Amino acid sequence: MTKTLGFFPGGLKLPGHKKRSTQTPIRKTPLAKRLTLPLQQHIGSAAIPIVEVGDKVLKGQQIARADGHVSVCLHAPSSGTIIAIEDHPIPHPSGLTAPCITIETDGEDNWVERHPVKDYRSLSTHEIRQIVRDAGIVGLGGAGFPSFIKLNPGVHHTVETLLLNGAECEPYISCDDMLMRERADGIIDGIEIMQYALRAREVILAIEDNKPQAISAMELALASRPHLQNTRLVVVPTRYPTGGEKQLIQVVTGKEVPSDGLPIDLGIVSHNMGTAYAVGRAIHHGEPLISRIVTVTGKDVPHAGNFETLFGTPISELLTYAETKREPDEAFILGGPMMGFSLSGDNLPVTKTANCILAGVDDVAPAQEPLPCIRCGDCASACPASLLPQQLYWHSRAKDFDQTRDYNLFDCIECGCCDYVCPSKIPLVSYFRFAKTEIMNQERERKKSDLARDRFETRQARLEREQREKEERQRQRKAALAASKAKKEQQEKAAETADADNKETE
Amino acid sequence: MLTAVIALTLLALILGLLLGFASIKFKVEGDPIVDQIDKILPQTQCGQCSFAGCRPYAEAIAAGEVDINRCPPGGESTIQALADLLDVEPKPLDEECGVEKPKMLAVIDEQRCIGCTLCIQACPVDAILGAAKHMHTVIADECTGCELCLEPCPVDCIDMVEMTPNPNTWRWPDPSHVQLERGERV
Ligand code: SF4
Ligand code: SF4
Ligand code: SF4
Ligand code: SF4
Repeated sequence: MTKTLGFFPGGLKLPGHKKRSTQTPIRKTPLAKRLTLPLQQHIGSAAIPIVEVGDKVLKGQQIARADGHVSVCLHAPSSGTIIAIEDHPIPHPSGLTAPCITIETDGEDNWVERHPVKDYRSLSTHEIRQIVRDAGIVGLGGAGFPSFIKLNPGVHHTVETLLLNGAECEPYISCDDMLMRERADGIIDGIEIMQYALRAREVILAIEDNKPQAISAMELALASRPHLQNTRLVVVPTRYPTGGEKQLIQVVTGKEVPSDGLPIDLGIVSHNMGTAYAVGRAIHHGEPLISRIVTVTGKDVPHAGNFETLFGTPISELLTYAETKREPDEAFILGGPMMGFSLSGDNLPVTKTANCILAGVDDVAPAQEPLPCIRCGDCASACPASLLPQQLYWHSRAKDFDQTRDYNLFDCIECGCCDYVCPSKIPLVSYFRFAKTEIMNQERERKKSDLARDRFETRQARLEREQREKEERQRQRKAALAASKAKKEQQEKAAETADADNKETE
Repeated sequence: MLTAVIALTLLALILGLLLGFASIKFKVEGDPIVDQIDKILPQTQCGQCSFAGCRPYAEAIAAGEVDINRCPPGGESTIQALADLLDVEPKPLDEECGVEKPKMLAVIDEQRCIGCTLCIQACPVDAILGAAKHMHTVIADECTGCELCLEPCPVDCIDMVEMTPNPNTWRWPDPSHVQLERGERV
């Protein structure tokens, strides 16, 4: 059953650089003395701590609860004592700090009591979502969107296709590749549960053709489960950025997700392979998400590979464990060379979205000042989202943000293809990131000033009302006063006449 | 000759009709000018413009009574936007009103607060909570940083702090201003 594949416009053929990190099996990173866990490692609201400094916690114990609808819980990755709940540097391009819980590990690695589910089919889809949420599972492909939300298509949608994204198209990154090679069964456990929760009619596993070992491992695991209905593996050509959600959907189904639409509008839900594995662990083993596979690679990493790492482990320790040649505080890239960002600081923890740490990119072009745009149009031909990066660039640069919106700035997936091909070496993506955060900031300011206007007007109205009421009261008091005065006078008069009468009668 | 006259008359008629139609169809449907001005003002409600809030200032501008450069919280960008809207030349901020500052937030030192409620009465957007004789707090999300609560406090326990960006509100720098460290890409 071979179906012809679709394709997306633009994109690039890039050198993979994945061999370096796929020579050895997945290794476990040693337990760190301190684990620092940001309360927000996902898209949405930060989790709220439910422990206090000094508390003893067990491995897998919940230490922060989800706050609101778009949020997930957080767990202790190992047993130990909570030693701080305070701001700490986080791996974010801003270099800012954010609230974190720090655990001093006791080295025992004692588990909390776990509650594996014997038969997931005895659970309702709602119960499955709840477990996934309580287990703190987020999309492990990079963005970190809470996974339970994507297991809930809502009443208005039926899910035609559950798409498992194993493309892993960005150079250097190989954590999904190694996971598929070594833990194919675990992944398929999760996929079965996801299919059941979504009532998906078919399941498609998409893997790029540069991962033959992962493909055969997954095929083998699939073959051992003949009861799996309508589940197939699709090998897609290696092309960057095939792993982009909308791009992969285009390749696999030939359908295009509209600019303002979501995959679910086409009846498609997609999840990352690592996420499926985490769902399997949560249901079958009662384990929350407390670790992930991180690729540590690059020119300066002689022992490159993939490392199963507890969240909160300092990235510097992970780099040291991989015997990275580096000076203290030397910069590294979090993520891949195309979409990642440069970080420095030895105090930054591994988080749920840390898929790759890259120290030393091969064949780096020497730094060069950007030249003027020559309007060659190469950027537009490379753009997988069919945007016009050149126009976006002009308008972002001129801070003409309304115009950038008209050119669909928010459809840009920041893949970096335009940057890569630009002969003038213009940092296009930096301009787009700048414009996006400026627009979001304007929105926030506008909302805030609208709120202030409302509150000012409400207060104004209240003050006027109070003033009126005060005047009214004063008027009434005056009237009452006048009335009582009149009455008193009358009484006095009456008394006087009475007095006079009395005198007369005496 | 006659044909030319007829043709020209017809043309004039048609064009006239078209114009009339266009003026109806494409009529500028805007809010009254005061609303539009008020929309541009930052709504800090601080009174530095010498009016009792942004709306009164907007009304005065619309009436042509005052200059457009009297709002320090809005600063240069607000003056520019007002100039664009009213089609006048922008001018530098009137120093008499104040200077442009980073956005601030009022914080009450709850240890020192005596609960006199004077700041509540001063706050133009009701962003301070508290009952008489109990400590007061500022609702951070609703404070506009107007500083009007500082003056009335008898124990000087309100401080203005600069709003620190958090990772969710942080903005990428403008690449045309920063010397980018290039060479990170493959
Ligand atoms: S690739 Fe670079 S030089 Fe060419 S049009 Fe795009 S921005 Fe301009
Ligand atoms: S970074 Fe954005 S504009 Fe550039 S190629 Fe990718 S999607 Fe297109
Ligand atoms: S100075 Fe203050 S009150 Fe006046 S318009 Fe500006 S923000 Fe509003
Ligand atoms: S004015 Fe000062 S002392 Fe009085 S309630 Fe406000 S903060 Fe407290």
